[in-house]
Amino acid sequence: MLAIRCTSLVKRYANVVAVAGVDLTVETGECFGLLGPNGAGKTTTIEILEGLTVPDAGAVEVLGMRWDDGAGRALRERLGIQLQETQLADKLTVEETVRLFRSFYRHSHTVDEVLALVELEEKRRAWVGKLSGGQKQRLAVACALVSRPELLFLDEPTTGLDPQSRRQLWDVITRFRTAGGTVLLTTHYMEEAERLCHRVAIMDHGRVIALGTPRQLIATLGAEHVVEFALADGAGTAPDTAELATLPGVRSVRPAADRTALTVTEVHHAVPALMALLERRGAELSMLATHHATLEDVFVSLTGRQLRDA
Amino acid sequence: MRDHPLVQLTLARMREFYREPEAIFWVFGFPIVLAFALGIAFRNRGPGELRVAVLHAPGDSAVAAALERAPGLTAGVLDSADARVQLRTGRIALLVVPGDPVVYRYDSTRTESRLARLEADEVLQRAGGRPDVARVRDERVTEPGSRYIDFLIPGLLGMNLMGSGLWGIGFSVVQARTKKLLKRFMATPMRRSHYLMAFVLSRLVFLFLEVAALVGFGWWIFDVGVRGSIGALAFITVLGALSFAGLGMLVASRARTIEAVSGLMNLVMLPMWILSGTFFSYSRFPDTMQPFVKALPLTALNDALRAVMIDGTSVALLGAPLAIVVGWGLASFAVALKIFRWR
Repeated sequence: MLAIRCTSLVKRYANVVAVAGVDLTVETGECFGLLGPNGAGKTTTIEILEGLTVPDAGAVEVLGMRWDDGAGRALRERLGIQLQETQLADKLTVEETVRLFRSFYRHSHTVDEVLALVELEEKRRAWVGKLSGGQKQRLAVACALVSRPELLFLDEPTTGLDPQSRRQLWDVITRFRTAGGTVLLTTHYMEEAERLCHRVAIMDHGRVIALGTPRQLIATLGAEHVVEFALADGAGTAPDTAELATLPGVRSVRPAADRTALTVTEVHHAVPALMALLERRGAELSMLATHHATLEDVFVSLTGRQLRDA
Repeated sequence: MRDHPLVQLTLARMREFYREPEAIFWVFGFPIVLAFALGIAFRNRGPGELRVAVLHAPGDSAVAAALERAPGLTAGVLDSADARVQLRTGRIALLVVPGDPVVYRYDSTRTESRLARLEADEVLQRAGGRPDVARVRDERVTEPGSRYIDFLIPGLLGMNLMGSGLWGIGFSVVQARTKKLLKRFMATPMRRSHYLMAFVLSRLVFLFLEVAALVGFGWWIFDVGVRGSIGALAFITVLGALSFAGLGMLVASRARTIEAVSGLMNLVMLPMWILSGTFFSYSRFPDTMQPFVKALPLTALNDALRAVMIDGTSVALLGAPLAIVVGWGLASFAVALKIFRWR
């Protein structure tokens, strides 16, 4: 059973192509992530799926219904939506805001239930304007959850939040999904996608450039570890890419301006070999780090750019 | 019932309004302050003593003494340089040059000067021996309804209905649009008609408070009454409020920023502040402008309010101005709905 299916979506703004032919399917009960840098077309894509933006081309089916069938209101009853830029009214309390959104739906949670879901019971009488960023974001999610949605759309739900607030929101999303809900979220945080999503689509310049489970995508790197190093100025000669690629356990080499990254299968063989090579060249390290390969590394290997500054 | 979207949307509108102290001041406080200040400044005192002067010349003191004896005049003797300056700056209303003939020098476009000329001539002719040929008696009346404040309060009421309709709706709609709240509502099954109706309903609730505050104040401090029925006054203010709600909706229908909507609102309101007879009668404008001035919704509303408050006219006789008020409202609502930007 599919929750979302869209084919060949295209959306242009003036002379910018925001979405350039996107096909996606989201299974019922899954958490699907749209991942990519700012400007990749994530928000345009999710807003087309939400029925807020009309695509220039392509077909969308959400919960077996289409937006252009005039089924809009019936379909909206079944969705929960959080938008990236919404600022809820500052002078209303948390409770008044939830009650307002609740009134739009035929079947909904009570105010108490939904405040419990996002753990905002203590703030129910506080003005929205007085809430912290994390609390505001949880309220926005509460307004999305109040409709008892089958499908929840979240557009960058944790952008700009501190780590603790982020983790609280992850818990809210995980609980929703465990209860059988389907989630489509966008993010530019790789660890968020790895932590929450069953499958992710990596987007860049309006296209999906990779699709799969986080594990599958990382596996496309051919190795599970990344070794990054940088050399001190002036000492010895730096080894070239071809030399580095021949070191034991190294699968690929990505030189960048300030550092070189090696994708390796076995850190314990690759690092001593690298050290020996640098020693022979008289080069001196200014930085050496290793980590498990992440979706960030997948993005870098696909585009040659870092996600954050892409 | 309480959870009906229309009720919740209206409650939200009302809460956002009364939790905003500035809005409360502009809607309730400002018109009262204005009524108070203007009511004091233009309270009926009559023209008071008119200052006239006699030019320094042979026979000046006799003329000055005769003028001084008249109840409405004070007179002094000035040399010609002083007299010219004081006449030009309006500190004296009239300059009398003694001699034969006696010369009256004054600005005939100034009401006070013409009055002073009449009084001065009267005194000097009598002093010269002219007899009164008919017997006369003065009866003085000062009646509520003819004072400036009686004219002003209905005008301020109309102006306030315009201001709160335009600002109240225009601002909130555009703010919801810039904060992407409008778009968020569009992502729910909310009916658009409910959203717009909530503005109208909350306006009607505050309307009664607005009208009661201003009319009550006028009655309490200045003894400005309502000669017609309260029901007629209520009916007309509701029509006025709905009409300006429509205009507010139209002004806010496309604007994406607060700056843009503020500019538009001033563009709409400024001509009516000046032309629609809020502070002074629009009959002072030239005849060629009258059809245009009378077609403005605030002019029609002010006329209807004054007819009820001052003359006690019944609603049945106010068909023409009320048709203009309603027409503007319906036309603006219709266009606003067509072109409204919902995101």
